[in-house]
Parts: sequence; structure tokens; C-alpha cells
Amino acid sequence: MSRNAFLNGNEAVAYGVKLSRPNVVAAYPITPQTKAVEKISSFVQNGELDCEYMHVESEHSAMACSIGASSVGARTFTATSSQGLLYMAECLPYASGARLPIVMMNANRSLATPWNIYGDQMDTMFLLNSGWVQIFVEDAQEALDVTIQSFKLAEDVRVMAPVMVNLDGFVLTHTYEKVSIPSQEAVDQYLPPFKPSAHMMNDEEPMSMCITAGNQHNMEFKIKQHQELFNALHVFEEIDHSFNEKFGRSYGGVLEGYQNEDADYLLVTTGSVTGTARVVVDELRSKGVKAGIIKLRVVRPFPKEAMVRSVAGAKAIGIIDKNISFGYEGTIYTNVNSALLQRGLNLITLNFIGGIGGRDITKQNIEEMFEKLSTVSTSEAVDAVSYYNVRCSL
Amino acid sequence: MFEIRWHGRGGQGSFTGAKLLGVAASIYDQQYAQAFPSFGPERRGAPVLGFNRIDSKKITDRSEIDTCDYIVYLDDTLYDDVVLNDLKNNDAMILINTQKESWHDRIKCIDATQIALETLGLPIANTVMLGFLASFASNAVTKEACIEAIRSSMKPSQADKNIKAFEIAFDKGGNL
Repeated sequence: MSRNAFLNGNEAVAYGVKLSRPNVVAAYPITPQTKAVEKISSFVQNGELDCEYMHVESEHSAMACSIGASSVGARTFTATSSQGLLYMAECLPYASGARLPIVMMNANRSLATPWNIYGDQMDTMFLLNSGWVQIFVEDAQEALDVTIQSFKLAEDVRVMAPVMVNLDGFVLTHTYEKVSIPSQEAVDQYLPPFKPSAHMMNDEEPMSMCITAGNQHNMEFKIKQHQELFNALHVFEEIDHSFNEKFGRSYGGVLEGYQNEDADYLLVTTGSVTGTARVVVDELRSKGVKAGIIKLRVVRPFPKEAMVRSVAGAKAIGIIDKNISFGYEGTIYTNVNSALLQRGLNLITLNFIGGIGGRDITKQNIEEMFEKLSTVSTSEAVDAVSYYNVRCSL
Repeated sequence: MFEIRWHGRGGQGSFTGAKLLGVAASIYDQQYAQAFPSFGPERRGAPVLGFNRIDSKKITDRSEIDTCDYIVYLDDTLYDDVVLNDLKNNDAMILINTQKESWHDRIKCIDATQIALETLGLPIANTVMLGFLASFASNAVTKEACIEAIRSSMKPSQADKNIKAFEIAFDKGGNL
């Protein structure tokens, strides 16, 4: 039997990890992720989770230990945030290149300088090219559910890639809400123990992993890795479907359209701002404005076809970025534009940057975004990139 | 949708008050609730905030709360009259832990620290203020749900005392 509890996003992830029965957790605490790893270590301490918890001295070691554990076929979890994620950056392509199915929670947090512990998505955008699957969640329930799903996705033989589950720092990690915790029995049925492939480190058949590949073979390794990462898209759709059958909750797969089918004006969102945008869309719909949302759940691999299908009927699309790629524009804006152009969709797209360093994105800000989308007639006439809830002159 | 803000100092349990209210409304009243603290570093004695949203349907709003149905002060030294501007409508009110008498028709006062000292032996007034709040906010949360939330969140010996403190304040609010 599932039960309801009042949990914050960090705790929801911790319960998702416990139910997934990892063999090894190696993590270093960092605000705003700390509560998640504290909770997991208390599960291990009190015997609720039979798992090796490695108290490492840094994030670099957390990922190095995760790579070692995963190399011998252990189901492995870690969690980090912000500077911690960047400190382990060197190890991330090691994990993805060796096709190790590690699952990591990342609490999205600002990067220094200026130093700041609040939420934005600058940290994870840094690592888009790391070969990790990147998923963004909207609330605590989705955080718990996607944590379980991520092990299934990472360990699928068609995928064999590490998965990063992103939660907006504080807004999700520190907000308590009602969460349904599935029973261990149901999760055990849904997510059996990891069955490692033959390509795992063991005593009887020693092998070399994380090998060298020179210019004769390196490019082929990278292309194979790249091509197979795309499998995560349809495998994640399958997982959304099978999870729904087992637990009665579906999130729409790689992206979720909300009121998008007849929408004239669409916002592309990631993470928690989606929920606030839902409130605004409901209000606008009641006034007859055809507004809608595309909640982008998987940013790597990028769901190009699903994105193009979902926005095809719209007049104008706004992409909310809680990041800036300095010297260009918001990162998700670049990615969406590329997808649309490749499929010949010449739509008006605008980039709405907000929520940097913990700045609130208000309902009024989102109304202003829809207002801008409904009044713009060509992309050329306006600055494509605009900033919301800003206190400096622009 | 009810939106509630708690003011206190680090260590006074204002966020625990918000959390208990969230548990009461969402788990025991079968509604939906959010509870979140003022984000960022926390220090003992420094002003801190707690927030609640309570609704009969699923809550998706993740923006900050500005105007409120109820504003609760665990410490009257944090109060300033400018906060009256943050009340949402004519039914909204401010509830203050103070030895003073109310000085405004939108403000209700209770000496919650005194009740806490007498019942708990500690100047921690969060469950007292929860009781005072619940007496006015009956559309947002029931008395029974709050008592269950306290009972499920504490050791039995602690819970009994806190429920007593809660009930004293609930009755005081009802008699105002």
C-alpha cells in the first residue's frame, strides 16, 4: 500500500532512492541538496536501506567512487548541486563514456561569482555536453517518481547512460507538500535488481575499463555513445507508460503539453516554473486567450521530434531560460530554435530569461510573457531576448 | 486558496508551525498544502519566515507569496504596521504573540509565550500560535487535523503538552 506523507523535494528524492534499493551511495553534502543525502544516510544508519554509504571528502571523489561502484555492477546513486556539480565535472564524461548507469540528483543552484546559494539552472546547463541524460522535475511527487524511473532508464540495455535528475534549488528542494510514497513491494516489482551485462569489472575475468582509444577508434566510440543516447527518448516514454500502469501517475514522457493543442501562444518551461505558468494559463484561458505550455522534461537527449509536433500549430513561442549562456542567449532557447529550423517551422520565438540567482518568476511576469507573445508579429521587430523581474536598467 | 505567512526568529519554531499546519491540512484534512521557509541561510535569532498555501485542489503555484489571508507573528519585536498592506482582503488578519492589547481591528493578540511557559516549560510558542490561528482559520484547517498533526510529529510526552497548549490558544481565539 502506498501512503501519503508531507515531504520536501529533497526528502522525496531520498524516499525514491530508498525504494530503488541502491547498493552504493557516495555523496558530499552541499546546500540546497544537504537534506537529501542526510535522509539517505539516516536510512542506511537505521537499517531501512541496506546499502554502502560512502562519506567522501569531495564531489570529485563522490563521482570517482560512483564510477568504481558502478563498474562492478552496483546500483549507484549520488547527489550534488552547483559548485559541487562543477567540481565533479571532470568525472562526468568518464561515467557516460564507460556507459555506467549512475543516477544523480542535482539541486539546481546558481554559480559563483557572485557567490549565491539560491536556485537557477546555470549549473546543469554547463554539463549538457557531458553525455548524461538530463531530466527536470516540477514537484516533489515527480521528483520521487522520476528517481525510481531514472534507475530503470539508466540500466536499460538500450540506454546504458548515467541520468541526472534536476530539482530547482529551494523552490523544490525545500518546499513541503503531500507526496504519495509507493510500497516497497510495488517498487520491487517495477524495478528488479540491476542485472549487469557481461561488460563489468570482476575478479574472474579481469578487464580494462575507461580505456584509451586513440585516433584510430576514438571518434567511433563517441559517435556510438551519441547515437545510443537518443534511445533514452523512447525508452523514457515506455517507462512513463509502464510506471503509469503500475502506480497511476503519468507525466507525459519526454515533454508534457498543457493546453497546447489549440494554443496560439506557448511557453516552453523546465522545472518548477511550469506550475506557476499553469495557474496563469488557466486564468488566460478563462478570458479566452489561447495560451499553453510545453513542459520540457528531458533536455538531453533533446526531444526534437516531440517538440516540433507539440508546437506546430502555435503563432508564437516563448522559451523560459533560468540560465544565460554568456555572450549569446538562454541555452534552451538555442536548442528549441535549432529543432524548429531543422523541421522547417519558421515560428516566432522569443527568449524570456528569469529566475537567476533565486529571483522569483511571478505570475505577473508570466502574464507579461504571454502578452509579449500575443503582440509580436515578427521576430525581427523585437529583441529576441528579454529579462523578467529585473532591478537594473537594460 | 489560503496563503499564510509566519514571522519569527531562528529557533522559535516558526517554520515548524508552518509545517504542522501543512501536515494538518494535507494529510489529516485531505486537502492540498505547501509549506516552505524563507530560502537561504538560517541563523538562530535572525528574522525568518515560513509560508503556507492551502487549497481543496492541487497547488502548482511556485512563486513567492506576497499578500496573505493570515500573518502570524511569534515575536512582536518583528512587527511593523506596514505589514497591514500585505493583507489580501477584509477578512484577512494578523495574529501576534504579544503582551500588548490589540491596537487595530485587523490584529488579534495573545500572550502565547506565557501559555507556552505554563504548559511546555519553554518559551516556544509555535503550537500555541497554531491553535490561535486555527480558531480563526476554520475554513483552511480543522482543529482535529491540527491535533493529529502535532500528535504524529512529536514524541507522545511532547505531543500531549503541545496539544494542551494548542487547545488553550484555540479556545482563547474562539472567545475573542
